[in-house]
Amino acid sequence: MRVALVDRPIDVGTLISEASDPSCGACVMFLGTVRDTNEGRPVTGIEYSAYRGMAEREMAAIANEAEERFGVSRLVIEHRLGSLTLGDVSVAVVAAHAHRAPALDANRYVIEELKHRVPIWKLELYTDGTRAWVGAGSGIAGGDSGMDDAVGPPHISVIGKTEVAP
Amino acid sequence: MTVTVLLFASYADALGKSSMQLEVAPGSTVRDILSTLSALPGGHRLPPRPLVAINEDYASIGTELRGGEEVAVIPPVAGG
Repeated sequence: MRVALVDRPIDVGTLISEASDPSCGACVMFLGTVRDTNEGRPVTGIEYSAYRGMAEREMAAIANEAEERFGVSRLVIEHRLGSLTLGDVSVAVVAAHAHRAPALDANRYVIEELKHRVPIWKLELYTDGTRAWVGAGSGIAGGDSGMDDAVGPPHISVIGKTEVAP
Repeated sequence: MTVTVLLFASYADALGKSSMQLEVAPGSTVRDILSTLSALPGGHRLPPRPLVAINEDYASIGTELRGGEEVAVIPPVAGG
């Protein structure tokens, strides 16, 4: 298992080689890429930033959970930071297992948890020169977590959700 | 006692800085830190109950601080 935040392009081929193993009959890769529109606005790129230490810890925690839940023996997660342009790969998750179902399930689990828990942020850049933080809502006060005394992020059961694309 | 407060993304923009040292009274909690931040210039733009992490672990609003901690105020995350 390996997780990393990287400041360079994600090398998809290397990740597949890293996760693959003769004991695994299934290797599943998810790639998140920079899309050209968001909520109807034309996007030219995204600047990714993170709380690096905590982000890598959370990614490692998610990877451990996936290994425990689904028994995947080979799992690699890389998330890129910095300025990305359209089509660039922002995140890659590779999970390998003897059989396809656990590999698919583990991959889905990792990307959904990552999107809900890992402290990474997107600053979207638009064709009209404006920019906005994704998820901050119309006013940043819209970002209230509703946290009361609960420990941890607002946790949502993500398996079975229909939205996958970043 | 002193704690280091880290701000990110939209919250850093709101307060115009990404980190600061805060002098807090013994027995202070996360709630007190948020209250102090909200009184700073731009602080009204923070939500009343943002996510907070202490030394890189998510924490509850009532968590008491001992001094020396890194208290991160975490905007809605958007990785992927």
